[in-house]
Amino acid sequence: MQQVFSIPKCMKKDFRYTFCPGCDHGVAVRLVAELIDEMNLQEKAICSTCVGCSVFLYNFLDIDCVEAPHGRACASATGVKRAQPDKFVFTYQGDGDFASIGLAESMHAALRGEKFSAICINNTTYGMTGGQMGPTSLMGQKTTTSPNGRNADYYGYPIKIAEHIAQCDGTAYSARVALDTIPHINQAKKALQKAFEVQQQGLGFGFVEILSSCPTNWKMSPEEAHQRVREEMIPVFPLGVFKDVTAEGGNK
Amino acid sequence: MSLIKINNSRCKSCYLCVNTCPKGLIKKSNKTNRLGDYLVEFEDKNNECLGCAMCAKRCPDMAIEVYKG
Repeated sequence: MQQVFSIPKCMKKDFRYTFCPGCDHGVAVRLVAELIDEMNLQEKAICSTCVGCSVFLYNFLDIDCVEAPHGRACASATGVKRAQPDKFVFTYQGDGDFASIGLAESMHAALRGEKFSAICINNTTYGMTGGQMGPTSLMGQKTTTSPNGRNADYYGYPIKIAEHIAQCDGTAYSARVALDTIPHINQAKKALQKAFEVQQQGLGFGFVEILSSCPTNWKMSPEEAHQRVREEMIPVFPLGVFKDVTAEGGNK
Repeated sequence: MSLIKINNSRCKSCYLCVNTCPKGLIKKSNKTNRLGDYLVEFEDKNNECLGCAMCAKRCPDMAIEVYKG
């Protein structure tokens, strides 16, 4: 009998996720770990994480990590990559971190065409601090800081990160994927692999936005949370590849 | 014949695997782990498990190992 699914080798021994039950962060971390194994990157991978649930990555992966100030993972990763161009550098951030607090750092890293990969987990809320409204919160979404629901007059509109990053000239790859179903998880892994490959080929900034669920702060069961991703999030944040310089025609 | 092994110390009782299994072989259990979470159990009396690993891909806590025979 052959083992066809096991824990990736680059995970730390005897780790136990500290994420909430049903949180998609666990799946996203597994996909990253599987790719590090498959592409044989463990010895040369350096991760840059910030603040939020995403920061726990360095408790689970047995690779080198840099802890950046809130939102500044792309700035730290720029320094690491420029100092050691032969290393494999990636950031792992949440949506509030990447697109609100660190929007300038993230956007300018893409504009400069920095040769590292960025992963943004979009769950439409600030998960770790108790479910405040984030830059990607949907219209009408009730959070602890928008108790009557997000309205355009007072709070404005959610940011579509993958489209914005795709418009930067230095970006080599920008895609949005989801983790609500098994086919979407498989697509997510392919998108992450592509973002890692464009870095290894030195083509520019690789970016993947992952639509994830936050059952705790959405106050839903894990199954209902995935249903919300399907029915409410994907229509607002359409899945797909928005820029790929390696594709035929140079752009998509 | 295929089978899965569920690591009870990792399971957090989100029950995503219960709805994911195409054959419905994973069920909620009455047993709890040391944190008081009600666990899931794998029951395959008719050797129906295909080893498709969908439960393991869905599991956010990597609590499932899949063996294919």
